[in-house]
Amino acid sequence: MLVSWSASEGFAPQEAEARPSRCPDNSAFKQQRLPAWKPQLTIATVLSTFFLTGAFCLSVGICLILSANSVREIQVYKCSDCSKLRENSYNWNIECLCSVDFKLKEDMLGDVFMYYGLQNFYQNHRRYVISRSDAQLLGRDVNRSYCAPFTTYNNGTPMAPCGAIANSMFNDTIDLFYNFNSSVIQVPLLKTGNSWWTDKNVKFRNPQSHNLSSAFAGTARPPYWQKPVYLLDEEDERNNGYINDDFIIWMRVSAFATFRNLYRRISRKRHFADGLPAGNYTFHISYNFPVTKFKGKKYVILSTMVWSGGSNPFLGIAYVVCGAAATLTGFIITAIHLKLRKKKTYFQK
Amino acid sequence: MERCAARRAPEEERRVRANAREYNEKFQYASNCIKTSKYNIVTFLPVNLFEQFQEVANTYFLFLLILQLIPQISSLSWFTTIVPLVLVLTITAVKDATDDYFRHKSDNQVNNRQSQVLISGVLRQEQWMNVRVGDIIKLENNQFVAADLLLLSSSEPHGLCYIETAELDGETNMKVRQAIPVTSELGDTSKLALFDGEVICEPPNNKLDKFGGTLYWKENKYPLSNQNMLLRGCVLRNTEWCFGLVIFAGPDTKLMQNSGRTKFKRTSIDRLMNTLVLWIFGFLVCMGVILAIGNAIWEHEVGVCFQIYLPWDEGVHSAFFSGFLSFWSYIIILNTVVPISLYVSVEVIRLGHSYFINWDKKMYCAKRRTPAEARTTTLNEELGQVEYIFSDKTGTLTQNIMVFSKCSVNGHSYGDVQDVLGHKAELGERPEPVDFSFNPLADPRFQFWDPSLLEAVKLGDPHVHEFFRLLSLCHTVMSEEKSEGELFYKAQSPDEGALVTAARNFGFVFRSRTPKTITVHELGRAITYQLLAILDFNNIRKRMSVIVRSPEGKIRLYCKGADTILLERLHPTNQDLTNVTTDHLNEYAGEGLRTLVLAYKDLEESYYEDWSERLHRASGAPEAREDRLARLYDEVEHDMMLLGATAIEDKLQQGVPETIAILTLANIKIWVLTGDKQETAVNIGYSCKMLTDDMTEVFVITGHTVLEVREELRKAREKMMDASRSMGNGFSYQEKLSSTKLTSVLEAIAGEYALVINGHSLAHALEADMEVEFLETACACKAVICCRVTPLQKAQVVELVKKYKKAVTLAIGDGANDVSMIKTAHIGVGISGQEGIQAVLASDYSFSQFKFLQRLLLVHGRWSYLRMCKFLCYFFYKNFAFTMVHFWFGFFCGFSAQTVYDQYFITLYNIVYTSLPVLAMGVFDQDVPEQRSMEYPKLYEPGQLNLLFNKREFFICIAQGIYTSVLMFFIPYGVFADATRDDGAQLADYQSFAVTVATSLVIVVSVQIGLDTGFWTAINHFFIWGSLAAYFAILFAMHSDGLFQMFPNQFRFVGNAQNTLAQPTVWLTIALTTVVCVMPVVAFRFLKLDLKPELSDTVRYTQLVRKKQKTQHRCMRRVGRVGSRRSGYAFSHQEGFGELIMSGKNMRLSSLALSGFAARPSASWIETLRKKKGGEGSTACSPSGAADKTLKV
Repeated sequence: MLVSWSASEGFAPQEAEARPSRCPDNSAFKQQRLPAWKPQLTIATVLSTFFLTGAFCLSVGICLILSANSVREIQVYKCSDCSKLRENSYNWNIECLCSVDFKLKEDMLGDVFMYYGLQNFYQNHRRYVISRSDAQLLGRDVNRSYCAPFTTYNNGTPMAPCGAIANSMFNDTIDLFYNFNSSVIQVPLLKTGNSWWTDKNVKFRNPQSHNLSSAFAGTARPPYWQKPVYLLDEEDERNNGYINDDFIIWMRVSAFATFRNLYRRISRKRHFADGLPAGNYTFHISYNFPVTKFKGKKYVILSTMVWSGGSNPFLGIAYVVCGAAATLTGFIITAIHLKLRKKKTYFQK
Repeated sequence: MERCAARRAPEEERRVRANAREYNEKFQYASNCIKTSKYNIVTFLPVNLFEQFQEVANTYFLFLLILQLIPQISSLSWFTTIVPLVLVLTITAVKDATDDYFRHKSDNQVNNRQSQVLISGVLRQEQWMNVRVGDIIKLENNQFVAADLLLLSSSEPHGLCYIETAELDGETNMKVRQAIPVTSELGDTSKLALFDGEVICEPPNNKLDKFGGTLYWKENKYPLSNQNMLLRGCVLRNTEWCFGLVIFAGPDTKLMQNSGRTKFKRTSIDRLMNTLVLWIFGFLVCMGVILAIGNAIWEHEVGVCFQIYLPWDEGVHSAFFSGFLSFWSYIIILNTVVPISLYVSVEVIRLGHSYFINWDKKMYCAKRRTPAEARTTTLNEELGQVEYIFSDKTGTLTQNIMVFSKCSVNGHSYGDVQDVLGHKAELGERPEPVDFSFNPLADPRFQFWDPSLLEAVKLGDPHVHEFFRLLSLCHTVMSEEKSEGELFYKAQSPDEGALVTAARNFGFVFRSRTPKTITVHELGRAITYQLLAILDFNNIRKRMSVIVRSPEGKIRLYCKGADTILLERLHPTNQDLTNVTTDHLNEYAGEGLRTLVLAYKDLEESYYEDWSERLHRASGAPEAREDRLARLYDEVEHDMMLLGATAIEDKLQQGVPETIAILTLANIKIWVLTGDKQETAVNIGYSCKMLTDDMTEVFVITGHTVLEVREELRKAREKMMDASRSMGNGFSYQEKLSSTKLTSVLEAIAGEYALVINGHSLAHALEADMEVEFLETACACKAVICCRVTPLQKAQVVELVKKYKKAVTLAIGDGANDVSMIKTAHIGVGISGQEGIQAVLASDYSFSQFKFLQRLLLVHGRWSYLRMCKFLCYFFYKNFAFTMVHFWFGFFCGFSAQTVYDQYFITLYNIVYTSLPVLAMGVFDQDVPEQRSMEYPKLYEPGQLNLLFNKREFFICIAQGIYTSVLMFFIPYGVFADATRDDGAQLADYQSFAVTVATSLVIVVSVQIGLDTGFWTAINHFFIWGSLAAYFAILFAMHSDGLFQMFPNQFRFVGNAQNTLAQPTVWLTIALTTVVCVMPVVAFRFLKLDLKPELSDTVRYTQLVRKKQKTQHRCMRRVGRVGSRRSGYAFSHQEGFGELIMSGKNMRLSSLALSGFAARPSASWIETLRKKKGGEGSTACSPSGAADKTLKV
């Protein structure tokens, strides 16, 4: 008994070896029988999706609108006399100062940010966007072919920084004064810490040298600049050259032709510890950046911030609309389903 | 590897001198080395690249690449195009290389086969590739013929030799070739070495059945024909050895000349895709033009003023020229609407589907050990759209195995399966088969279930004995006995084999024959009958007879033949028996069996003498020989005594009726095209339920002239029209009327009709002025059977349907005669059966059982189509969603061709972020489980109507893509326009915008693929989640410090990901975009499901409801048809064999000498044969000519 059993045992694999089977494997993968999740749109899942989405969007939308409403923002258009002067590029070195008065009816509490806004300035134009050399801005002296058409002067002196973006840098200076009880107090402004940490510490580096002016020796300022790059901020060594915050912010090109860039933050000191109190203010602007040439406009903006950023009604409204639409669709689907449910068929036999 | 010679100029005639290599080398004939491979290691890269760039798509991308190298217009880096292009080229090249590797391997294997070549008088082993034209080579039994040879001599008498041509033309029956008399004596090497004949013949060509040439030897001319040739690819059978002179070698052989490259088949989806890609290309140009005009206007109005900050490029002096450049720039960035990865992905998906077919265990035939095989990987989704199936009969629907199943002897019917109590048993509960162990010579494979027949034999019933004696004597079967008792029959037709085998098992063993005798072991006793004459079978006679003299000296004629013919020729005394037998015949025919009637007649010695004298004179007569013979035959086959009838079952393949029923339910029309006779074909039509007695009418068209055929077709149509009119414009046909595919009124006729058409009528019906009529009539019928058609006609019928019906056709067959039809149809399926491999080689899919067709179509085809359609919809959607964002952005960036996304995102979007989930869907998706597609064959219809991917669906996808792109752009635009981050910094910088849009795009298309995927396997999960993870991983890697430090000008987005994606606003934007893009799709899909569910939706819903109902009862009536139709005598063999037997030419001397059991064959006969062998030369008529005609159609 035992013998015959082991004999047959020994025989089977031999036969299998002798005639290799061409039979396909019986694996779930090869037989297309992999276990799978088969989601289906059922009335329950669809309706719950719609109503939950609707509720979510409505609540987010309302939150956004409420918080966006708490943002205080003021926009001031800039003076027109100077803009006429700047239309003629021969006057580029004539200083033009203008002051703009405005009144805050309410306090602007919390952190207050000062922006300059530009309209119709195509920072997103392809040739503009690519006209920069990040290697140069990293303090390396390398091929500047990326910078066309602002690469070198005719005499071969390279521009530092090169490229159309750098050349067109916004160069107005704006100061804010608070007219407090007939005395004029200059609002303290912070000019550093406005840019991204990675930009300031990774993306931009001054060339290595014992001092900054020698680091840029052999280069010249871009044609539209009034002063070379190593004089952008003479007061603060850590905000000078390529790592100047104003420069860094300008170099981060905007996505659209109308944009605002952070210029200064209000330093919350003394009178301004809680933000900007209501009252009369004056902007003192040294007007250098011509905009009328390209039919643009520029303005100064003061704004506070909330968790969702600055004043931005669009997102809140969009969420509310979307939430309302989702809920409404939910009801419509319910109605259609209820009305036509009887027609739902399946094979019962 | 370059061993095979290159091609030469075409030759006009070929001169070959035997044993003269130097002489033949002058002509530089091709050597016997074959080369089917395309590349070698050196030429692979240039040749393959050259071939690949002949593809329009690849050239287009090369063109884009060149555009990108022009700095003024390059809006993208060169690598965004080159990376996908290189990837695509590499994948294709690897595929080509593997294919070619296998071709090299098979070439080497063939080239290195051994053959014996006669060189300077000595036989030497040489590899095939070293065989030269003019060499004499020796072949042995069962060897492949190495080249096209002129047969010089063989081991058989008269220089005969037998070959099997299965590889060449697919016919499995043996054929005879004969050497010309002068050379047939050259039997040994010494004589052959001196042979220096010269052959002048036609140049190489691909005609398998023609050869013309002349042998010049010893100042004499001898004409040569195909009858003297052995072609490469044949196998030598039943011949110990033969010698041949190589005439054509290697690429010049008829086999290689025939292996033309098969026509490349494209699927309808392919063609649609190509059209759509052209449209998209047109759309792309339109967008380019719009944006270029925009650019020109913008530069003229705005850009001019902006020139202080951004002067125009050098060389650009006008807004117009700037617009022109921007056109090309936009062509570059918008080219992703026609993604290069589309073609590769489609190929990958099809490859996956092909593997699933190869791997399918349910399409594996254990008996033949053959799995299904997808031989082309380009047609899978077309399997889901088939509307017409053209099927061969023999070997496809039937097994081509004949089984002796019943008989009627002397008015008693045998063969019903009976259970123990003697009642007729139902199918499936069969008792033990009859035990034939008493008979040592019985064929163990033969089975019979009615023991009463054997009892009758044992009891010595004289009628039964005579019955089986007839079966063992009256035939043209050849026997072969390798060793004592191991008897093999070689029958011309399987019917005959079955009958002789039956007689053998019942104790009447046909053992051997000589031209003048037949030796039969009758219940153990060896009896040798003298064979006086064989009255051979032909189509008109429909019967065959033998006249034998028994050892007692009685002369008797045995005849078997079709009932219609034979019953008229019986002696009037048989009337009662005839009536009973006719009843039995009807019964058998009703069961779909093939019947034969058997009869005998005793002949007077004197009458026979006289008759045989007249026969001898007639056969020697110079003119009207056929007629005179026929008259003589007719005379003697009269007043016969009825013995009984046999019924042979032409075994259907497994599951054929069920498969046909299911395919019919799936709205697939099945046409049977067969070379068989009308009766046989109709019979099979009934037994596989294509034809039923419920049918309103079966039209049979047998007209011999154009007018007759036209008249018959017209009548058929009129009948159908009348019926439909009288049946009150059928409410049951309402839906047919409303169907969009209605091409003629005839499609809406009431009632079920079938059409049977004959080959000669078909020839008229296929003429240009009648083909439409024929097609309409045929298409109005439920079933169409064309019988007696030639291979060419099969192809013509398929071509006709292809031409007028715009439907997908599938041809299925197993023989060489089906090759043309298989190649013509959209899809060719080969049954890897017994009839050689020609059909399989020409086919696109092959398997071994007809029943697998339902699985191939209803499961694999359906899924393939579904998957491909879903894949294409999604693919176009995702690329439009991706690319159109650039279009909208154009209006905000001065039409400057600034991209919205980072260039790396553009590079990787199609090949990394979105490719795998959609591939997984395209490979694995299932809407309903496989069992359901069999249960509900109607699920197949969307494919036939092309509902899942057509121009309309395409526009819906495009619209959805554009809708998505609009939201993808304008929602972030609205959010970003004035917004700032929560830390006060600017939010609307270009890079943050790019990251936001890219992220929301990846998320939206991932959610969308999640919605589209109906079957989430682990792989789908892995790919979908993995793609998202990969996106974020790559995003952070690309925006990392390290890469920036290395290539600051390339990776400008440093730090962007962590800064942007830390903003709640950005995430809220992404969430809003996703919701807005996806929710409407969900709503539409659900409403469609709720209001207008497809059948598949309902089936799925049913699953969900979990009503585990039984299979919807499909009416598959198993009612046997009430016999109205008599099955005809369907001898599938040809005439002419009898003559061959009587002449003794096909008898082998050796086997005769060895046959110890043979009851002393008359020595004189051997003497004559020997004499003939020695002395005969010119008188050798060509008996093999008849055998050669046996072209099975």
